[in-house]
Amino acid sequence: MTQAGGHTERVRQRTHEGFLRHKGFLWAQVATGLCVVVIGVYWLTAIRLHEPPSGGSWLGYLLGTMGAGLIVWLACLGVRKRVITAGHYSLKAWVSAHVYLGLSLIVIATLHTGFQFGWNIHTLAYALMMLVIASGAVGIWAYATLPERLHGNRGETTRRQMLDMIESQDRQLHELAQPLDRDGAAVVRLSIEDTDLGGGFWKRLTGSYDDCANRRALARLRNLPSPTSAKQAEALTKIEQVMQQKAETLALARRQMQITAVLEGWLFVHIPATFALLAALTAHIVSVFTYW
Amino acid sequence: MSEVYKIAIIGSGPAGMSAAARAAKKGISHILLEKTDHLSDTIYRYQKGKHVMATPSVLVLRAECEFDAGKREKILDQWNNDVKAAGVNVKFNAEVKAISGDKGAFTIELKAGGAIQAENVILAVGTQGNPNLMRCEGGNLPHVQYSLDDPGEYTDEHITVVGGGDAGIENALGLIADAGQNNTLTLLNRGADFPTAKKPNVDALLAARDAGRITVMTETQAALVEPGWLTVDTPQGQTRYKCDRIIARMGAAPPRAFVEAAGVQFASPDRSAFPTLTPTFESTSKPGIYVIGALAGYPLIKHCMNQGYDVVEFISGNTTLEPADEPLLQEKLKGLPGRRSVSEWLEFLRSRVEILNGLSPLQMREFLLDSQVRAYKAGEPIFVRNEPGSSLFGIAEGSVKVEVDPSNPNITVPIGESSIFGEVGLISGRKRGATIRAAEPTICVEIPRMAALKLMSQVPQARETVQRITTERQVLQIFKSGLTPADIAEVLAGAEVFEVKPGEAIINEGDISDDLYIIRSGSMIVEKNLGGKPVFMSYVPAGSYSGEMAMIERSPRVATVKAAIRSTVVKLPAEPFRALLARKPELAKRMTDEMRARREINEFIESQKEEFGGAVDMYSSVANFLIKQGIGEATDVLLIDESLCVGCDNCEKACADSHDGLSRLNREAGTTFANIHVPTSCRHCEHPHCMSDCPPNAIRRGPDGEVFINETCIGCGNCQRACPYGVIQMDKPPPKKPPLWEWMLFGKGPGPGQPPYEWRKKAAKAEGGESPKLAIKCDMCSGKAGGPACVRACPTGAAIRVTPDAFLSVARIEKAG
Ligand SMILES: Cc1cc2nc3c(=O)[nH]c(=O)nc-3n(C[C@H](O)[C@H](O)[C@H](O)COP(=O)(O)OP(=O)(O)OC[C@H]3O[C@@H](n4cnc5c(N)ncnc54)[C@H](O)[C@@H]3O)c2cc1C
Ligand code: HEM
Ligand code: SF4
Ligand code: SF4
Repeated sequence: MTQAGGHTERVRQRTHEGFLRHKGFLWAQVATGLCVVVIGVYWLTAIRLHEPPSGGSWLGYLLGTMGAGLIVWLACLGVRKRVITAGHYSLKAWVSAHVYLGLSLIVIATLHTGFQFGWNIHTLAYALMMLVIASGAVGIWAYATLPERLHGNRGETTRRQMLDMIESQDRQLHELAQPLDRDGAAVVRLSIEDTDLGGGFWKRLTGSYDDCANRRALARLRNLPSPTSAKQAEALTKIEQVMQQKAETLALARRQMQITAVLEGWLFVHIPATFALLAALTAHIVSVFTYW
Repeated sequence: MSEVYKIAIIGSGPAGMSAAARAAKKGISHILLEKTDHLSDTIYRYQKGKHVMATPSVLVLRAECEFDAGKREKILDQWNNDVKAAGVNVKFNAEVKAISGDKGAFTIELKAGGAIQAENVILAVGTQGNPNLMRCEGGNLPHVQYSLDDPGEYTDEHITVVGGGDAGIENALGLIADAGQNNTLTLLNRGADFPTAKKPNVDALLAARDAGRITVMTETQAALVEPGWLTVDTPQGQTRYKCDRIIARMGAAPPRAFVEAAGVQFASPDRSAFPTLTPTFESTSKPGIYVIGALAGYPLIKHCMNQGYDVVEFISGNTTLEPADEPLLQEKLKGLPGRRSVSEWLEFLRSRVEILNGLSPLQMREFLLDSQVRAYKAGEPIFVRNEPGSSLFGIAEGSVKVEVDPSNPNITVPIGESSIFGEVGLISGRKRGATIRAAEPTICVEIPRMAALKLMSQVPQARETVQRITTERQVLQIFKSGLTPADIAEVLAGAEVFEVKPGEAIINEGDISDDLYIIRSGSMIVEKNLGGKPVFMSYVPAGSYSGEMAMIERSPRVATVKAAIRSTVVKLPAEPFRALLARKPELAKRMTDEMRARREINEFIESQKEEFGGAVDMYSSVANFLIKQGIGEATDVLLIDESLCVGCDNCEKACADSHDGLSRLNREAGTTFANIHVPTSCRHCEHPHCMSDCPPNAIRRGPDGEVFINETCIGCGNCQRACPYGVIQMDKPPPKKPPLWEWMLFGKGPGPGQPPYEWRKKAAKAEGGESPKLAIKCDMCSGKAGGPACVRACPTGAAIRVTPDAFLSVARIEKAG
């Protein structure tokens, strides 16, 4: 029943491949081939000279053009990802090519420099590029290892449901607190009003919530003086249970946010560094043609 | 003695109201009896502010009351005024209990007491029926209600919803959706589970219960209703609790029994059957009773209103009335050869095509509105192999040839005038099995699936003909090998068609039986007991056969074959089939080859089981999980490999951006097993439940097998209720977003994906205007060259679309092993 119907992904595969294995590592092979050829040509050229060919040689120009072209194309992924057109593309194929061709830049750009580094715009561009690549490598690590944890953590609970759970626990707390005296009510209010689910990026990334209001409320609840009536005592026991449940829900949601933060966090380096790289690259090219 | 009316009209929906208005305008003595205290209860009970649609737009309205698309409130006001202006004699709170007597002297008994005499009766009670009432003491108190218009209306109340079906659960969830309303909700359910409700609804209800937002009392029934309090019987005994309002949603009794008691016969015992009527809407079994509107099988308001007008004309003796749909039919039949008038065409088709023989001219008209008549030149293809298509064709003139062998188009089988073809697609909804061309200049009528099903339910003769031809053709098509109808006559004589419930076995491992089975609709799974556990062997889709091993080898059954979903199978007796094999060596070879291939798969799994038990168990349990998720009825389903999904929701964003800004899939929701996640998204069922009750017949199957909703949707929500997988939403497209580059450069607008609710509300206000909420679901990115956007936009390859037979193949073991 494998009918193509002329569509890229409408072909129903029996098994399927992730972006790293896409088409049996096609782009890994292309990138490796490219590197081998480039290294070979470089070596053949270099052995005939007493100094390695620099960016200014014909080979340097060739490698430089290739590298700059690659960088611009790699940066286009950001657009490809967001412009949903009707055509035959697959983002998976793009990412696959992006990763392997991006890695091949290490070879291409390094040879383009001719191993001449200094405190100048040229080396800055090179360093930024290596930063982008390094952050990309971190991304690959995240994409390869975190998804199972991401989904394992939430089971079949959605983000919406987690928020709803916390909201309803707050409502229960509010109702249970009715018979309490002022001190008791203040503790419950602390949990309801001051609990911060996520917080800033760092907080989510590191997952450190020692100052969580619900946690503090729980601690204070346990230290409250003995209640005066049986009704209050009963309310306090129930409140402690609900706060405990809320603590568990919070932990679940925060773990989810932490994993998501790692999965996205590296892009906060990858993307700004890409913009910086494009700027530095432009400066590098302009200066080369102005001052050479 | 009280007045004898010329016409009594029962039910004041669009149909009855329009009839009454026409009678009033003509000065005919009449009475309009309405159960409730307002006109047109069905429309009255639409959601507040619902945008009512006036489809089909090409049909002209012929009625004394106005009707144009617009808000429910506006339309109801309009009708109230029109009815008053026409001087209709309407009696509210007049539910009719029984109708007795005969033409010229009917007695109509009212529930509230009293009776009405009339010469003719127009039945226009619609199909909504009567809600089942609270039977316990106090059930008639005013705070017990049977519908919920606007859940937002109630605040700070203790509310009990009675009934654990979809209606009850949806009402309950609606009432707690906004915590700010501060309602305290309880839901009573008679049973321990919720077998009639959809899974997403049940899941949402149980989640709300676990979150403490609603109390769900199962195995509980109301015992006593008092103002402010409700007493219930629970398994633990009686309890009494606070209750300010009761919303009873315990289903409705269809009006059929009432209608039949009056003497009006239905076409068949089928639940979907309609009364049998003459061209003037008169019951064939009970002259003097006229049936119109939804009850007669015409569920659109415009049709209803036109019929109301027409029926009064008929009763008052007008025999020359040209039907309102005449121009539509003229348009439809325009380009055809033969220069016939509309009525000549109707008669031509009716008398020439066997399955249409039993139709009345009225039914023929309606039937033709849905269908297409086409003329083909000799050799012109009518449809092509592997094309999806679910319509049925009838040959009115000429003949066609079927290319039975895909490798050689010269081998053909003829089908002659008056017969039908395309019936397999109709029954199984799968792709066309062969190319069919006109053998000579030919005129065919193409009948869409819904119209064909309606035809079969109305006309028993049509059903039998289709059944007979279907079985014969299916056998020929499955076994091919140059068989002719004569070859298989003996086999078919003993064939038996029957339904199988999900999970029910047609073949049990170890049994001594040797019949052969053909899967007509639904699908089967094959299981074998290995090491004390049932292991999944293979998946048998509709259009294939099972049970050949025991039949050929006369050995006990080697595996169990059971239905994955509700299925229809054809049982062919073994003896005549063996005789057929003996006569047809080509067929014998074909079946032996297939049997060998199937056996190899079984042996492969068995050998793997010994070496890599884990991989086989995994394969088996994944298959069982997917079958449980209803994949057995899917033709194309979105799955997400959770070992690859990074949670970026690019699939949802892509879906929204390629479909008017609304995502048709909810990635996170849904169930998961062993890294395979089945998100909430349409599976393009083989027999789509959503199609079953769509008034404008807007749900169709497209060229790639996709089930999609076209622009004629009226937003009634029937499909949303009918889909067991909860994948249809009712929504209106959000306003247009600023272009993407403006977002990228200046951060204008909400960016890619479905815009957040807040933004939509603000932008919609700025834009102004009113747009209806319509049914929205996945169309598999129909018409987009690259195919489904969700899959294309997934950066890691986690999102895939699969067909069950490809996905549930043994290749999974090889991959895992
Ligand atoms: C939610 C929803 C949305 C819809 N939206 C549209 C739309 O946008 N456009 C469209 O064209 N169609 C729409 N439809 C379909 C349309 O509403 C119905 O098909 C149409 O109302 C049928 O008209 P009717 O006159 O046959 O019956 P009904 O409108 O059902 O009227 C029957 C009347 O008979 C009364 N009655 C019943 N039994 C008795 C009795 N025993 N004694 C006395 N009175 C009785 C009832 O109270 C009711 O008032 C929608 C349907 C639904 C459910
Ligand atoms: C100079 C080289 C590179 C440039 C300019 C570059 C640029 C980009 C850009 C612009 C994006 C789009 C991000 C977004 O909009 O969400 C992106 C995504 C990504 N890049 Fe790179 N990149 C480079 C090298 C690499 C390398 C070497 C790797 C891997 C080792 C890599 C891995 C990725 C991955 C995994 C994504 C995410 C894809 C997605 O989730 O849609 N990149 N890159
Ligand atoms: S196939 Fe298209 S419509 Fe369906 S879920 Fe994917 S993107 Fe949405
Ligand atoms: S909408 Fe629901 S019933 Fe209709 S085809 Fe899709 S999954 Fe099946």
